[in-house]
Amino acid sequence: MAVASSNKKSARRRHLEAAINYPIDWLEERSGLVGGIKYFLFRKVPGDTNWFHTLGSATLTAFLIQALTGAILAMYYKPDPQNAYQSIQHITNDVTLGWLVRGMHKWGASVFIILMFFHMARVFLFGAYKYPRELNWIIGVMLLAIGMLEGFTGYLLPWDQTAYWATVVGINLNGTAPFLGPFLADFLRGGAEIGNETISRFYALHMLLIPGLIFALIGLHLYLVIRLGVTSPPWSSEAAGSESNGDAPKANGRSGLTQPAARSGWRRNGGEG
Amino acid sequence: MTEPQHGDRPHSPGPSLYPIAFAAGIACILVGLIVNPKIIVPIGAVIAIVFGFLWARDATEEFRGEPVHAIEPERGGPPESTDAPATPAEQDVDALTNERVPRNRFLEGATLGLGAVIGGLVTVPAIGFMIVPAFKGQGYPKVDLGPLSEFPEGQWRITSFFMRPPDGEVSRRTAYIRNNGALNGEPSFTIISNRCAHLGCPVQPNGPEQPDQTKQFDGKGGQKVTLTPVLPAGGFGCPCHGGQYDSEGNRTAGPPVRALDRYQFAIVDGRLILGKPFSVAKVDGQGKDAKIHAYKLAGPGQHVDGWEQILYPLQPPH
Repeated sequence: MAVASSNKKSARRRHLEAAINYPIDWLEERSGLVGGIKYFLFRKVPGDTNWFHTLGSATLTAFLIQALTGAILAMYYKPDPQNAYQSIQHITNDVTLGWLVRGMHKWGASVFIILMFFHMARVFLFGAYKYPRELNWIIGVMLLAIGMLEGFTGYLLPWDQTAYWATVVGINLNGTAPFLGPFLADFLRGGAEIGNETISRFYALHMLLIPGLIFALIGLHLYLVIRLGVTSPPWSSEAAGSESNGDAPKANGRSGLTQPAARSGWRRNGGEG
Repeated sequence: MTEPQHGDRPHSPGPSLYPIAFAAGIACILVGLIVNPKIIVPIGAVIAIVFGFLWARDATEEFRGEPVHAIEPERGGPPESTDAPATPAEQDVDALTNERVPRNRFLEGATLGLGAVIGGLVTVPAIGFMIVPAFKGQGYPKVDLGPLSEFPEGQWRITSFFMRPPDGEVSRRTAYIRNNGALNGEPSFTIISNRCAHLGCPVQPNGPEQPDQTKQFDGKGGQKVTLTPVLPAGGFGCPCHGGQYDSEGNRTAGPPVRALDRYQFAIVDGRLILGKPFSVAKVDGQGKDAKIHAYKLAGPGQHVDGWEQILYPLQPPH
């Protein structure tokens, strides 16, 4: 009896499935989003990927946490010289769970930077920056640079003595760059001296401009990861990890790829190598 | 997941006027709320309810198992006439290649050009708004530091004040001021900025301060001047990276690239007026006899003399 009922779907179950599938199919027919997400999440990767390959996703997660906690902190923070410090004290001491969200944002910033460096080290040591992935390395370096800029602009916002003088030193460091340095320093300060403009300027950079740029570059970064696929580790027996096997270019001109189209190609080459 | 083929299937449900009538009912309600809530709103509500019901019934025909009206499917693609010698499209291509400026290229250029103009109209002011104010009206205002009697001859005063009183505490600056006595019948002052010539941290006096003798006064313009006597034994030192200066502001040790900046001053009606700051490469001699190698104000860490000065040929207008 139980076997029979599990084999043959009941009418109730068919209705339920139809009710669940209908909105998904509706969305898919009009946008292709469902297929796109499946393509992104269930794409083929080399068989011997390992935990080191998760560092990029970890960095992305750290950034998303920063974006989320930052957006919430912005609801309570007041970016002007008279109120900034008091609003940070208010967040830390008075607002429910403010100490936690601020702590997540503060320590998460370091986690984000550290994970970027770990991810970079993995890519470097695995040789994953080589052809055809040079552009993704370049985008990654840009992300590292503007990630640091995000840290620099965020450091001023607590508006305590450490924040203030560290920013004075940081801006003046920029000012010692040859030729355009003095102008860069004035641009960052919003004038000749740190004043009312500086903190709101850093806030706008920290909240809007730089995160927007980071989101855009992460989009490009992920697009290239999907397009070019994941590299095998150097010790892999698969060709994707050792691309210098001197073969003629593959059918689609891209070597070492785990795209479905290219996958059969490098499987075969791996077997020969 | 296969690509959906729109061309093969009719839109379901078919086009209907019910949603438009429903929208008209809603609009009637909204207008009625302003014009006459008692009469027009109920009329609109009736229209919206009736046509909303009809629309819902019409839209759910398929699911309720009622017969769907047959609709001619829309099909894409060119007409199926394979025996024609040249399709209209090919004739268009021939005509285009003979034109001097083909229409599609003109339209493409016009679109890109208009886009560039609109983009420029939006971005140029925005970028100018971001950058230019940082370089405009950035002068140093004159600051009244009080009567000369507050600065006894030969003594140092740690003088802190609001550079721009409306900006408040964020504009507080500190200078070390010493009255050098009269030089050729005019008062002489040494006014050293506390901005370290390395990277701009606040330089501290190495000698003991006498905070119990601190004097404060708000000043005429709200400068909130604070004067604290200090014994300048050992000159000045920076807490950040260890730069050391003698009591004339000359670098004696550490990373600074030049001497401490100084301020110009004026005496107006017996009061000390602080002027513009300027940079100093080094100071020969002491007190009122000092020979100051003065330069236009440069940022901390920037050389004003020696070969390195070619790295900083231009300074923003201050």
